[in-house]
Amino acid sequence: MRMDGYDPGEFYDEVFEAIGKPRSTAGFLIDTLESMADGELYRRQIAAEKAFLDLGITFNVYNSQSGLEKIFPFDILPRIVEAREWEFIEKGLRQRIHALNLFLDDIYHEQRIVRDGIVPLDLILSAKGYLKACKGLNPPWGVWCHITGTDLVKDADGTLFVLEDNIRCPSGVSYVIGNRQVMKRTFPQIFGAINPRPVEDYPSKLLDMLQFMGQRSGEVPCVAILTPGVFNSAYFEHSFLAQQMGVELVTGGDLTVRDGYLYMRTTRGFKRVDVLYRRIDDDFLDPRTFRADSLLGVPGLMDVYRAGKVAICNAPGTGVADDKVIYAYVPKIIEYYLGEKIILPNVDTYMCWVPQERQYVLEHMSELVIKTANDSGGYGVLIGPHSTKAVLAEWAERIKENPRNFIAQRTLSLSRSPVIVGERCEGRHVDLRPFVLYGRDIYVMPGGLTRVALKKGSLVVNSSQGGGSKDTWVLPMAPGSMPDAFNGMAMQTQTSANHAQTLGTMSQSQAGQAVETAPVETAPLAKAIPAC
Amino acid sequence: MLSRVADSVYWMARYIERAENVARYVDVSLESSMDNPTNPGKQWMPLLAAAGDQAIFLEKYGEGMAARDRGAAIMRFLAFDQEYPNSIVSCVTRARENARQVRGSLALEAWEHLNKFYHYLNSSEARRRAAESPHDFFSEIRTASYLFEGIVESTMSRGEEYNFLKLGRFLERADQTSRILDVKYFILLPTPMDVGSVVDDLLWAALLHSVSGYEMFRKRHGRIVPEKVVDFLVLDREFPRAILYCLERAEECLLNLSGTPMGSFRNNAEKNIARLRANLAYTNVEEVIHQGLHEFLDDLQTGLGQVGEGIFETFFALDTQAQYQFQQ
Repeated sequence: MRMDGYDPGEFYDEVFEAIGKPRSTAGFLIDTLESMADGELYRRQIAAEKAFLDLGITFNVYNSQSGLEKIFPFDILPRIVEAREWEFIEKGLRQRIHALNLFLDDIYHEQRIVRDGIVPLDLILSAKGYLKACKGLNPPWGVWCHITGTDLVKDADGTLFVLEDNIRCPSGVSYVIGNRQVMKRTFPQIFGAINPRPVEDYPSKLLDMLQFMGQRSGEVPCVAILTPGVFNSAYFEHSFLAQQMGVELVTGGDLTVRDGYLYMRTTRGFKRVDVLYRRIDDDFLDPRTFRADSLLGVPGLMDVYRAGKVAICNAPGTGVADDKVIYAYVPKIIEYYLGEKIILPNVDTYMCWVPQERQYVLEHMSELVIKTANDSGGYGVLIGPHSTKAVLAEWAERIKENPRNFIAQRTLSLSRSPVIVGERCEGRHVDLRPFVLYGRDIYVMPGGLTRVALKKGSLVVNSSQGGGSKDTWVLPMAPGSMPDAFNGMAMQTQTSANHAQTLGTMSQSQAGQAVETAPVETAPLAKAIPAC
Repeated sequence: MLSRVADSVYWMARYIERAENVARYVDVSLESSMDNPTNPGKQWMPLLAAAGDQAIFLEKYGEGMAARDRGAAIMRFLAFDQEYPNSIVSCVTRARENARQVRGSLALEAWEHLNKFYHYLNSSEARRRAAESPHDFFSEIRTASYLFEGIVESTMSRGEEYNFLKLGRFLERADQTSRILDVKYFILLPTPMDVGSVVDDLLWAALLHSVSGYEMFRKRHGRIVPEKVVDFLVLDREFPRAILYCLERAEECLLNLSGTPMGSFRNNAEKNIARLRANLAYTNVEEVIHQGLHEFLDDLQTGLGQVGEGIFETFFALDTQAQYQFQQ
């Protein structure tokens, strides 16, 4: 297939610098693709799609008339991320998640950041994800956001921005691994020559993290994944992760609270669960504490959690930091807790609750992207330049009614990457969702889910809105240059006293044992004393 | 293992086995209707009777259908009707839904095979094939089931999951063999005078074909005699689709699950299946015929229902047990 006619246009293109001129990192890939016979690439594309269907790598579409399951559309041209760029991303993500975790722990305890006048109390209390029930709770090791799927985008000049943090139950990691498996079959030669950094060890890292959260003396902690069930859009992922980690996939009905512990119903009686990786929203976790009509959760779960008899990942209450108004404060949050400048910048955000900013937003709606504070999955987003007068007017009313619930950002010119359309290639907008685990230390999976807005010109990459995905190839470091992702981290050597402080509900003997098994250089970043 | 997962594995196996058996008796009826060209419609209604669902079909399609159209309509109904719970499509859909619930218990190949099979059955290709070459189509269903069984046999660890899976498969098979025998017996032996005619012989052969037992029967008993066929399908200890064989295997699975020694029981599932199995093990075909095959098979169905209830209360419905067991 000839690629020399491919035109990146006025956008930043991940593969081509200019018409017919691939970036240096993509040279080999493009040469190989060009050497293929006409139609060969398309044939491989079709074969890859068939492989996804046969493997059952599908998602459920809500409100869809035509069948419940679809494959997540997949484009076989990989997105390539250069090693240095990745190093930068990784550093930025570690910093961000470290700070966000400290923020969460603070707002559910002393709220120093409020007392010091950095974030207004009102904003925190009015955030939908803020849970009063979590005040004063001490999750194991002081970790709240165990699994994060940060959304990154690139602007026209190639600058990276964080678009959303996603620290509730981010999904997509199973597609990263599934994409990789299919790509290895699709392009074995290219794969062998380029050697992208592996992503397949994610399930092991995830299991390590989850077990670390549930240390019970003398026992391997029992981990279970809590799914809303087979009709949930991400069910494939839940079952995939359970299978890859060899842990039970449970629904609310499989669990029960008895005598202060969480148990699952097995063919041989009740078995205790130490760690619950939940894939249901906070609201549904426990009908006694939250939504009384929830059938997905477990009555009494929060009591067990409060008593420290079960770890819940991510911790209930993390949603407050996903509020898009709180997002606007992340640069200040990083500075407050870590005394550092933000590495991966935020998109400049106008907060409609501030009168001057609201005024600006209302006057410039047709140029801005407007978002509600609490939605996700591509819902609750208005792209001003693509919208009609009537819709803009309707949103203006909504903003005036409830300014707290809206923010606006300038419309980024998202970067593009070539995708296969029939027998040729066209540019489509992409983002990147790397996955980060926070346990004994912070692990950033090399790569992540590259999502593509498959509709021509569309800026919305969500799978529920016609988005697809690509494999993301992070290139290995050139020999001799070691990654220095730990530089600049606010890593602090912690004393065992600090550890004891982080352990919250753990008993002293467990604390002692845990310190022994956690060497200083990999000591938890949790609850490090802020540098301010 | 989670009770819900055990439940799903058990039902997954039952539905696959059920789909296979539906394919078997549709296929065999197709063939025997060709041997009996004078009355093409007559062969088909018993099929619905075997599944116990004659009324559903008649309600949906009416009684007035011409006899020669009836065959094709029943075939479509049994193979593809999504509203009819015992059609092949419905069984495979439910088997797959159950498999989705328990993907962690299956090797990837087993899941992938079942998933592909499901997609195939829902394709226009499958309908075309069923219309153009029905025999090939129903063979495909049988082969898909064999293949699933083969993948399970060669990939699945012999733990709890495996025993629940086999338990489901053999109980369903026992049930299906008893149904098909019950219905065919009525058709085959309406009066003792029919015995010995040529048509009769063909129909008994068709019955053996429908459980893939023709060759094994010939090897064991030689000439086709109705009593011997009943003996073979009910009381044989070696033929894997015979009812007694299935019950013995199912009982083994239950004992494996609890570690109970043969000859004793610890729960109602074990008690009920042991009684049922003993009932067959300590009788002979003369007694069965004397009691009346239909009555005998009726009792057997009731017994199988009790085994199912025992399994449900022992393994799946934990909270209804008086005594809780706790594992730390």
